[in-house]
Amino acid sequence: MNISRRHLLVLLPAAAVAWKHVLAGTPQDSPNYQMSEHWWGMLIDIPKCIGCGNCVRACQTENDVPDGFFRTWVERYHRSDIHLENPEVISPDGGKEGFPPVPEGAEGDYFFVPKMCNHCSDSPCTQVCPVGATFISPDGVVLIDQKYCLGCAYCVQACPYGCRYIHPTKKVADKCTLCYHRITKGLTTACCEACPTGARQLADLKNPNDPIHAFLKTHSVQVLKPQMATGAKAFYNGLDGSVR
Amino acid sequence: MSALKDAGHLFRFAGLFVIAFVVFLVVRSYVVPKTFGQYGHYRAAAIGEIADHPMKFAGHETCEACHTDIADTKTKGAHAHVNCEACHGALAAHANDPTSVTPVKPDTAVLCARCHTASAAKPKGFPQVDPADHSSGAPCQTCHNPHSPGIGADTGASAAKGGAQ
Repeated sequence: MNISRRHLLVLLPAAAVAWKHVLAGTPQDSPNYQMSEHWWGMLIDIPKCIGCGNCVRACQTENDVPDGFFRTWVERYHRSDIHLENPEVISPDGGKEGFPPVPEGAEGDYFFVPKMCNHCSDSPCTQVCPVGATFISPDGVVLIDQKYCLGCAYCVQACPYGCRYIHPTKKVADKCTLCYHRITKGLTTACCEACPTGARQLADLKNPNDPIHAFLKTHSVQVLKPQMATGAKAFYNGLDGSVR
Repeated sequence: MSALKDAGHLFRFAGLFVIAFVVFLVVRSYVVPKTFGQYGHYRAAAIGEIADHPMKFAGHETCEACHTDIADTKTKGAHAHVNCEACHGALAAHANDPTSVTPVKPDTAVLCARCHTASAAKPKGFPQVDPADHSSGAPCQTCHNPHSPGIGADTGASAAKGGAQ
């Protein structure tokens, strides 16, 4: 084999690129997406939620969620003046088709609270899995390996937010993936895409240019059940103390 | 050597143990998935499988790439921040094949009312109407352009407030 100097100059960089791929291991599906550069969460702005149910419908469409099960749902709270600690909560069909009218002249406050997986950074659900079928991905999303899941439902019991269910036909655990197939391609989640008021916003906590950082500094933001130390990453703005 | 003379059964047992261990290693290498443990106590390949789920919502940037006229109309109105698929539904199929998959125009009587029907539970600043009372049965688009719902010169944020009641 006779390689001229010209050929060698062309071949060397090609070989270097090829070797880099060998070193990098299996290439990821989204070539420009690096898991280590992201840490995903969600901002939920309660004063903006109008309870239209767009997010619930969008999630069911995007993720083929079976009827009667929800990866996200909307609750309507009624905090009456006398029962501040025990609000009345309704969520007919997850709020998918909206809510019944508020009774005429009703006292107290009414407001909507969208719920979803909090993608906890110390998630109770992943800790109880006996087979390693559910895990926190390197970019902070709580996912389920449905080929590995046995359907024992430990995780369904462990989630303090009630965000998991056993899929009625697959018989394995199912939950919000934070639209992992979308966010890894540079898009937002289906619920955020469909929200007409911006009450839901995907947040990348590792991206210094993400508006979440300014928002967290300037608003009174809380998470659900902070006493459980789950490291929840669904940040609620304007969360009433009565919300559980 | 005489000390080991009566220890043959121990060597046989140790041999069995070694064979069992080798068998265990061989079986394990076949049974445990290749990527298990790459990032943690789970199968790393599952991440890629989840990321491969097909999309139903195309995303507003995809819509705006072709429908530039509507994108322009929207930027000036109160619906500037309402994404296309919030009203039109999931349309990735249309984006992938614009000629054979054509979206159905939403019924404004249902669509507009979903967000704008008055309710004490909705935020106070949000424009809300009693649909029956507000238009006496006339369809919303008789007066409002859904892509820029303000009427006449009254557009944008002023329309959002003026539209209430």
